[in-house]
Amino acid sequence: MITIDENPLISQLLRRADDALVLGHRLSEWCGHAPTPEEDLALANIALDQIGLARALYAEAGARSGHTEDQLAYLRTDRQYRNCLLVEQPNGDFAHTIVRQLLYSAFADPFWRAAGGSTAEEIAAIAAKAEKESAYHLRHSAEWLIRLGDGTDESHRRASAAVEALWPFTDELFETDAADATLIATRVIPDPQAIRPAWESTVGSALSRATLARPSAGWMQTGGRRGRHSEQLGLLLAEMQYLQRAYPGANW
Amino acid sequence: MNERDEALRRRALVCAASVVDPEIPALTIADLGILRGVSVRDGEVEVTITPTYSGCPAMTLIALDIQTALARAGIANAHIRTVLSPAWTTDWLTETARAKLSEAGIAPPPPGASRRALFTEEAPRCPHCGSADTEQISEFGSTACKALHRCRACREPFDAFKCH
Repeated sequence: MITIDENPLISQLLRRADDALVLGHRLSEWCGHAPTPEEDLALANIALDQIGLARALYAEAGARSGHTEDQLAYLRTDRQYRNCLLVEQPNGDFAHTIVRQLLYSAFADPFWRAAGGSTAEEIAAIAAKAEKESAYHLRHSAEWLIRLGDGTDESHRRASAAVEALWPFTDELFETDAADATLIATRVIPDPQAIRPAWESTVGSALSRATLARPSAGWMQTGGRRGRHSEQLGLLLAEMQYLQRAYPGANW
Repeated sequence: MNERDEALRRRALVCAASVVDPEIPALTIADLGILRGVSVRDGEVEVTITPTYSGCPAMTLIALDIQTALARAGIANAHIRTVLSPAWTTDWLTETARAKLSEAGIAPPPPGASRRALFTEEAPRCPHCGSADTEQISEFGSTACKALHRCRACREPFDAFKCH
């Protein structure tokens, strides 16, 4: 286990990197199991984009904290992970995976587009790549949501259940704390609150085209950004970190 | 840069530019715009490359292939630097690259296509028969930079380079 001397920028880089890595890992679990070969390729491709993004962000965080990308990914415990709870939720059925992707991509796409104007050169460069890729992820999940929601009774039922189950994890996407405030004020990162209208409009339009109801505002989950995770993350990390835990320092 | 370094730079550039993409061997990394430049300082060669997609798994192999090509030409210890900015775009595909893609059965990205349109997609021309009557099978193809399509005229499936 490593300890990290966090500052606002390192914390921010880890939050974004952890979102990407955990979601990328979840999507990679579909490899060889997706409903069709085309979808297997699609989910694996999106996983690859997410892991590529995570690597670029870990490299920046690591350059500031004195760690390698691998150390940050493999040698932190679940309490040191800073991802939002949405991305660690299990794949469930295909509808759950698609809804999770849509809710996340509808945030990530405008977030990275806005981050392209970051005053920190490194973040702007990473964002310029991420926003192009997230546009594809968003389109992929939105098109699937419409097919599932406006498909058969069974696909509608499953899509609807997924929206209900994952909705309480959406508020966390827009959360900010004192550390974020300084970065937002100096325009190092965009204000997630300012992304909300774009997210509402994308998600609202996809749900209505999919003939799915938007859940009413209710109780919302929180904690991931402070390292308080659901049981699911520990299980995910146990698998992802197994090799480095069993054979410390192993490499290709 | 002194004359010797400049001569070395030109020689290294020719070598690096001849390296083919491991996933699309019909094209060189120069055709694709992955090769961003070569610089030399006091006899030390640095080659700059950029990924098409952030998670492109071919980057490590490309770096190794460049080092091998340079070593074959007697240029040892070249340093390979990966940059993200400016972000790679399909606009960097040269006309030669577009022609080579079609030749290899991969449709080049349609000019002026918008990747921002949420629910629409412009159909690329079939690289086999040239028909415009094509449909998309999947937004994600055999590599991160390609999508999967099918021609309604000749019924052949084909890869299309994504507009990016």
